[in-house]
Amino acid sequence: MADTLLDIRNLRIEATVYAPGEKPRNAVIVDDVSLSLERGKVMGLIGESGAGKSTIGLAALSYGRGGIRLTGGEVLLNGRQIRGASSATLRSLRGKEVTYVAQSAAAAFNPAKKLMEQVIEATLHHGVLSQAEAEARAVELFRTLSLPDPENFGKRYPHQVSGGQLQRAMTAMALCPKPDLVIFDEPTTALDVTTQIDVLAAIKTAIAETGVAALYITHDLAVVAQVSDEIMVLRSGKMVEHGSVQQIIEAPREDYTRALVSVRQIDHAEKAPAAEPLLRAENVTARYGAMSKDVLSNVSVELYAGQTLALVGESGSGKSTMARVITGLLPPRAGEITFDGKPLPRALKDRSRDELRELQMIYQMADVAMNPRQTVATIIGRPLEFYFGLRGRARDERVQELLDAIELGQGFADRYPAELSGGQKQRVCIARALAAKPKMIICDEVTSALDPLVADGILKLLLDLQAREGVAYLFITHDIATVRAIADSIAVMYQGRVQRYGTKTEVLAPPFDDYTDLLLSSVPEMEIGWLERVLSSRKMASAGN
Amino acid sequence: MRGIPFSALLGMTVTALFFLAALLAPWIAPYGMAEIVGDVWEPASADFWLGTDNLGRDLLTRMIYGGQTTIFVASMATAVSFCLGSILGFTAAVYGGLTDQVMSRVNDLVMSIPTLIFALVVLSVMPVTLPVLILVMGLLDSTRVFRLSRAVAVDINVMDYVEAARLRGEGQRWVIFREILPNALSPLVAELGLRFIFAILFISTLSFLGLGIQPPEADWGGIVKENREGIVYGIPAALIPAVAIVTLSISVNLVADWALNRTTSLKGGRGG
Repeated sequence: MADTLLDIRNLRIEATVYAPGEKPRNAVIVDDVSLSLERGKVMGLIGESGAGKSTIGLAALSYGRGGIRLTGGEVLLNGRQIRGASSATLRSLRGKEVTYVAQSAAAAFNPAKKLMEQVIEATLHHGVLSQAEAEARAVELFRTLSLPDPENFGKRYPHQVSGGQLQRAMTAMALCPKPDLVIFDEPTTALDVTTQIDVLAAIKTAIAETGVAALYITHDLAVVAQVSDEIMVLRSGKMVEHGSVQQIIEAPREDYTRALVSVRQIDHAEKAPAAEPLLRAENVTARYGAMSKDVLSNVSVELYAGQTLALVGESGSGKSTMARVITGLLPPRAGEITFDGKPLPRALKDRSRDELRELQMIYQMADVAMNPRQTVATIIGRPLEFYFGLRGRARDERVQELLDAIELGQGFADRYPAELSGGQKQRVCIARALAAKPKMIICDEVTSALDPLVADGILKLLLDLQAREGVAYLFITHDIATVRAIADSIAVMYQGRVQRYGTKTEVLAPPFDDYTDLLLSSVPEMEIGWLERVLSSRKMASAGN
Repeated sequence: MRGIPFSALLGMTVTALFFLAALLAPWIAPYGMAEIVGDVWEPASADFWLGTDNLGRDLLTRMIYGGQTTIFVASMATAVSFCLGSILGFTAAVYGGLTDQVMSRVNDLVMSIPTLIFALVVLSVMPVTLPVLILVMGLLDSTRVFRLSRAVAVDINVMDYVEAARLRGEGQRWVIFREILPNALSPLVAELGLRFIFAILFISTLSFLGLGIQPPEADWGGIVKENREGIVYGIPAALIPAVAIVTLSISVNLVADWALNRTTSLKGGRGG
């Protein structure tokens, strides 16, 4: 094939693993993966964490992160073997023929230099363009990426622009030296849904206009379906399936791909509201310390026993602050919170042990929500000891019961958090909350740090536990798909206010207000052409612009 | 024992030898502690392996007993400083606000006075006995430990698992000793080695200045002091304790370095 740009054949990548308490051993990160990319085409690499997708992406630059070795196969770029090429050769091609867009633009930019200087740095270094030409090209790219005020955008510092804009600036940086290939490594994962869609659209336009080829790495199949021509599904370093976007989305061949396509399709019919709410928040207003602006203003919501209320909104909308107010960590400035018919004391220190017990919390990052120096038995057993005075055998038996309830079973009690996977950690956190026999659990973005299939498992477990134990959830999330799966009622939050509130069917049925419309339409759908359809029918620009 | 680098093993062996010699002093020392057994400043011989000191006492015997005193005082002072400093530091971090401000500023105040001068003033008005010596050294050193443990604890105090413990209704004692202490242990253990060496240097300095261990009790600083005039006549007696101090310092630091390397990569289990 004359126009094959990147040809990876039987790539094998190994690394040395230092597991705690074990001898260092060799692990195969990527095993026998082959792909070929034609000039001007976009290939999506998709898989859960640890699938080796970023590692393959970096291998296209013949680069391995610390300790990673490209031990076998061929990497041909423009017909040239670059695996094991000299560092001088690699230097001359990285940043010129192949460029890279990282996940966290905020961490990738030097905060002490202006954007323009950084965007054209590689271009000047390789002598592709003169200073004036490069700046002109950068401005042109800023315009293509629909950044505001393209002529003056480069004069700003990284902290002066939003996260979505920074991600687009990095795309401009990658496209500036007129590369043949760009590696996009989860460029929109860290962004809000409403911002993600803009960045996605900008990247798509830029790819189309510059005619560059791209490897697009992500864990979100719906996102990759919008920008790619072909998709490769990876799992544990091996290729699962490779095909056109159409074939993968509409007729997946492998079971794993089928699971990825049908993720978040849990059917959950909402329950009718009961007579008396379990939790009632009335006109809650709160702010942090000496800040002059309220983070929450006049928030009123109700949650019924055994049901789920979802608080939805983008970052900064005040949904986590609402959790802090309810738990008593941040006493509200005004408003009343009633729990189980009785007013709940504002501050944590004024609450009785029973009031604390009945209201538990599960965190987003299960990693830091568990003391790394305590075993699972201590983590789950402590609430039993603390609230119910269980000791010795009785405690151990109850811990095992809880472990069974979260589907972990035998052999987990003596492990430390570092010895658990992400999904298992979150399950242990759920068990710790359940151990207190609470009436209500606040779930703060509990699935957003997890891979889609693992997150699905957690959601199913939560629904299952709700049916069995009758516990109510206050579910904080930015992900509408999660909300559809789990909520009975929904409160959409925007800039510290409740924008829309009601039962699930009420909130998710038109007519929408502008913000809810934006939020709902921004959630990527597993459908080709979704991006264009949505962009042409929007009423409101997102906050990122 | 596998995986321990050679330098750390060497450090551990030498440190262990020093501690053993100190513990077993009465059994391994060839002569009595203050016994005059020969001429003044005799050179090394089969009878006196390191020669004799300015009064004709066996120098090896003096070194062994001196090591006993020096290492004992330094260990006790380090223990006092760590218990006091870390508990106060954790308390300041956990309570925060005004409590933290008051404790930290008082600590700054004590730290702003040069340690040696502070110790000299206190010891010149107090009877110089072992408990007083240990207490003064421990208190002065605890200011450094306070700073370190407060800084480490402030970092841990904002972790979600500490918040989870608070939401459960746990008291401050549980938070300090069960949530924070186990995770702050690594940097503290590494600091322990360094503080111990500073304590040895400090007690030696005090003894050299005449405010530490009083004669006829032996200690390394005192031996330097007693034999310092010999240096003029080419008698190496005063240099022997210096060599001992250097050897022990380097050995303990080798161990501490290794502990530090090992524990920073774990960071209390985070990011490991």
